[in-house]
Amino acid sequence: MTGARTLPAPDELSRPFWTAGELGVLRIQRCGECRRFQHPPLVRCRACGSDDLTWEEVSGRATVYSFTVNHQQWHPDVTGPYTVAIVELDEQPGLLLTSELVDVEPDDVRIGMAVAVEFLQVDDVWLPLFHHAPAPSP
Amino acid sequence: MRAPRGVRERNTVIAGVGKSQTGRRLQRAPIELVLEACLAAVSDAGLALGDIDGLVHVPGGPGIAELQDVLSFDLAWHGSIAGGPAQLSAVMQASMAVSSGLCRHVLVYHHVATRGAGPPGPPRAAGGDQWLLPFRAATPMHWNALRGARFLHEANVSREQLGAIVLNARRNAAANPAAVYTEPLTMEDYLAARVISTPITLLDCDVPVDGCTAFVVSHADYAPDAPQPAVQLHAFGAALSTRLRWTEWDDVTDVMDEVAAQLWSRSVVGPDDVDVAALYDGFSFHTAMWIQALGFCERGEVGAFLEGGERIARTGSLPLHTDGGQLSGGRLHGFGHLAEACWQLRGDLGERQVEGAEVAVVTNGASPIAGAMVLTRRR
Repeated sequence: MTGARTLPAPDELSRPFWTAGELGVLRIQRCGECRRFQHPPLVRCRACGSDDLTWEEVSGRATVYSFTVNHQQWHPDVTGPYTVAIVELDEQPGLLLTSELVDVEPDDVRIGMAVAVEFLQVDDVWLPLFHHAPAPSP
Repeated sequence: MRAPRGVRERNTVIAGVGKSQTGRRLQRAPIELVLEACLAAVSDAGLALGDIDGLVHVPGGPGIAELQDVLSFDLAWHGSIAGGPAQLSAVMQASMAVSSGLCRHVLVYHHVATRGAGPPGPPRAAGGDQWLLPFRAATPMHWNALRGARFLHEANVSREQLGAIVLNARRNAAANPAAVYTEPLTMEDYLAARVISTPITLLDCDVPVDGCTAFVVSHADYAPDAPQPAVQLHAFGAALSTRLRWTEWDDVTDVMDEVAAQLWSRSVVGPDDVDVAALYDGFSFHTAMWIQALGFCERGEVGAFLEGGERIARTGSLPLHTDGGQLSGGRLHGFGHLAEACWQLRGDLGERQVEGAEVAVVTNGASPIAGAMVLTRRR
């Protein structure tokens, strides 16, 4: 699971994202003025230019927007296929987050599939990964 | 997108084209290949080294310093262009240097190399890499795969339709002695190719090679004196108003769409006038994205456009990758595509010549790093 993974170097802007998992939640940067979420975090809101930005907890629910199943052993520690995915967070259309899918057969992954976050802690960072999680019935 | 303000690229031409030996792991010093291409381009343009007053390249191989050490140019301007709307932006910069009056003959070159596995990366991913590498989206191949997968899903392109691009390139490569892979390829071969990272198989990837391509970009008033028919730089597409990010976008073909719109807005020709196309094929689906972005088909119709491969054959309505492209010819980062377009417009390509080619379109890169050019035969 951790094979060939390069950990992030959290910086002033990104640290809240990489450490939110310690509390078991996914946090995304949000504009205090126009209320738009944005990812990756920036120093200004992309939509309205405000610098009133905060970190807000989101549901961690998302759908698969695109994915690639890697079969290439590009590093000795890559020991089997794995799935990189762009997921679209439920909170806002077009709010995309690149991550990795876990506990799902690569052949079963589909665009539009419902997923939910979980965290992989390595040292001082918590990587948000996603597993298949059928949406709760209404 | 900004409205055109005067199309100064039309004051410039490509007067010389040079290409070094190109191939897998040539075991030749990069500077040798650079010299081979550059000297060929200068000679092709009918010039002496002393006539070259501008020098620009794409970083990666031997730089200005190495070349200046051996050729001792007398330069009015030089540059090393990283970033921008893909590698051919060095050619755009050359044209700008000429049309501004700073230079008269600019030599542009780009050296590429077959690379093995690189050195181990840094222990931690910083900056933009931190949003990709921790999830083992480790290389540009993975980032392109994510873009390609979404495009193929939205446009509903089948493997066979995508394969038409790969088979066409291989078929055309057979008529190009400089191409890397020329043995025939069948659809069965394509569908059975080893998967690298879906939707990319080995045959969807361009072929890394060692080589160098060079051009002399001159003022158009030199054209009558050039020994070869000078190729007219007709219009550039280099726009960016959307995000320049690999895995976050509002529309999967964002930058390519706006580059294409800008390109046609600066052109007096349109998609229907194109006689030959060299559309970027770092991965096969890049070409499909460009076909749609440039308006050769309606949005969402590119699969049907590619079906059977007849339209993109040398004898089709949109002759594509007449030299085998990067998929079979070798990855020269768009510089090979530009060379082929120039040769097609000169009209002396023998077996692979598209009869009467007068208008060519060349594209470079793919969203989010994308540029394009229209070139025409001068009358």
